[in-house]
Amino acid sequence: MTSIPAVEIQDLSLTFESAEGPVYALSKVDLAVKQGEFISFIGPSGCGKTTLLRVIADLEKPTSGSIKVNGVSPEEARLGRQYGYVFQAPALYPWRTAERNVMLPLEVFGYPKSEHQRRAKKYLSMVNLSGFEKKFPWQLSGGMQQRVSIARALAFEPALLLMDEPFGALDEIVRDRLNEQLLKLWAETRKTVIFVTHSIPEAVFLSTRIVVMSPRPGRIIDIVDCDLGSNRTLDIRETPKFLEIAHRVREGLRAGHSYDD
Amino acid sequence: MTTNANASRRTSHIRTRLMAGSLGPVTVVSFVLLIIWYSACLPMNSGLPNLENVTGLADRYLAAWNLERPVLPAPHQIIEDIYRTTIATPLLRETADGTVLNARNLLYHAWITLTATLVGFAIGVSLGIALAIAIVNIASLRLSLMPWIVASQTIPILAIAPIIIVALGSIGITGLLPKSIISAYLSFFPVTIGMVKGFNSPDLLQLNLMQTYSASRTVTFTKLRWPAATQMLFASLKVSISISLVGAIVGELPTGAQAGIGSRLLSGSYYGQTVQIWSALVLAAALAAILVAIIGAAERATQRAMGVKPEGYAP
Repeated sequence: MTSIPAVEIQDLSLTFESAEGPVYALSKVDLAVKQGEFISFIGPSGCGKTTLLRVIADLEKPTSGSIKVNGVSPEEARLGRQYGYVFQAPALYPWRTAERNVMLPLEVFGYPKSEHQRRAKKYLSMVNLSGFEKKFPWQLSGGMQQRVSIARALAFEPALLLMDEPFGALDEIVRDRLNEQLLKLWAETRKTVIFVTHSIPEAVFLSTRIVVMSPRPGRIIDIVDCDLGSNRTLDIRETPKFLEIAHRVREGLRAGHSYDD
Repeated sequence: MTTNANASRRTSHIRTRLMAGSLGPVTVVSFVLLIIWYSACLPMNSGLPNLENVTGLADRYLAAWNLERPVLPAPHQIIEDIYRTTIATPLLRETADGTVLNARNLLYHAWITLTATLVGFAIGVSLGIALAIAIVNIASLRLSLMPWIVASQTIPILAIAPIIIVALGSIGITGLLPKSIISAYLSFFPVTIGMVKGFNSPDLLQLNLMQTYSASRTVTFTKLRWPAATQMLFASLKVSISISLVGAIVGELPTGAQAGIGSRLLSGSYYGQTVQIWSALVLAAALAAILVAIIGAAERATQRAMGVKPEGYAP
């Protein structure tokens, strides 16, 4: 399975038709993601990073170009339930407890009943939410809700995890802690993660590679290797290597006029 | 000084407690209404011959509150009449064919109307939900059905009720069913409108999630749209049950039915028995209140099971 790229994108474009004329959301995107990588898409709003993630998830259709997810089309990958998706908001179902939210995909996919409880317990504990199984979403903080949604994405054990600014709405302290937990989780499960963010430190801290994107038209302007090793702690953010990579990402964003109005 | 302050704080505390629930405000409003009602009895009834020879304000009021056939009866007269026709009248009656419900008891009439209401409510709610499901799932139906559904409610029910009664009567269907159909005709509407809104209430991400699972329409419906619509369902049911009752009563009017709250209203107005009309009205209102309260209790039980955030909770 290792030989097949997790995602392979060639010359992909996506144009939305709007009243004011066509919007070039993605233009001539080329990207290959290997199995087990942690890839971040970074860029300002409007650069197409979320759109690109939604194309991989088959929630949007590209206008031209080719894309393969685990060697098949995004639609086949979706029908084969090969990826878990974590949205910007937790998107929990408010009438379900934390564990029943985690069980939702298992119910939809028709897993045996005996598996439901076991997996809900396992993945809630993996996101440090043991003891919160019976809580309803309104009884949990924003960070906890997002962790439930991550457990829900892990519950059916997809090889690919797509995360769309999952920590964007959380404060920096909570975000730091969740970033550490996410790295640990990634090390434990060896999944391929594609992670959308607009935070440079977050991207550098988490990723093995960073895809720098730019708006109008949405495109990739740089891909930065981020070889900080596997045992990262929050302290590495002070090291020269970390700052150097962050600098290169920032330069890339500047070159793409991301800081212009 | 201190004890005084404490005492006044305690009174204000009691007042706060009393006004916090609905009991306090409801009592105050009821009391004010009663005063207005009793005061209005004299001016409303002053034209009646019984009052012509009575002089003195106090005597005139006393007389106005105890007339045989007043224009506006006093509340105690209505309570008396309800007592007389319910508790003081046997509910069952022996006939040659065995024991039957006694038509002189008002509760018998309430029962007749209640059965028509409940059957009409069941038909109306089922139809309402079915239409909402069809409209949510089939885009062309939303465009083609919605105008007809709205138009159906612009026709006065008083105009359409006799047509339904006569049409069904001519094919041999009489009694409960025509009344229930009129009742359903009114009560499906709020359910359809409410449930279309409820089924469409999940946000984009909640729907996207189902899409990433490649979930079928049926699964998306049972796991997402239906539970998301629960709140709207109960709001719709409360409106629907009360107009089901109105529909059943209206259905009893055109044929001059022999039994039911509607027939009591009609015979009361034929014979100038205003107290009887008011008794029937009060009974109808009480019936509606009980039905809405039952749905309210079911709503609270459902909400508890679905873990709805308690009102006023701030995390």
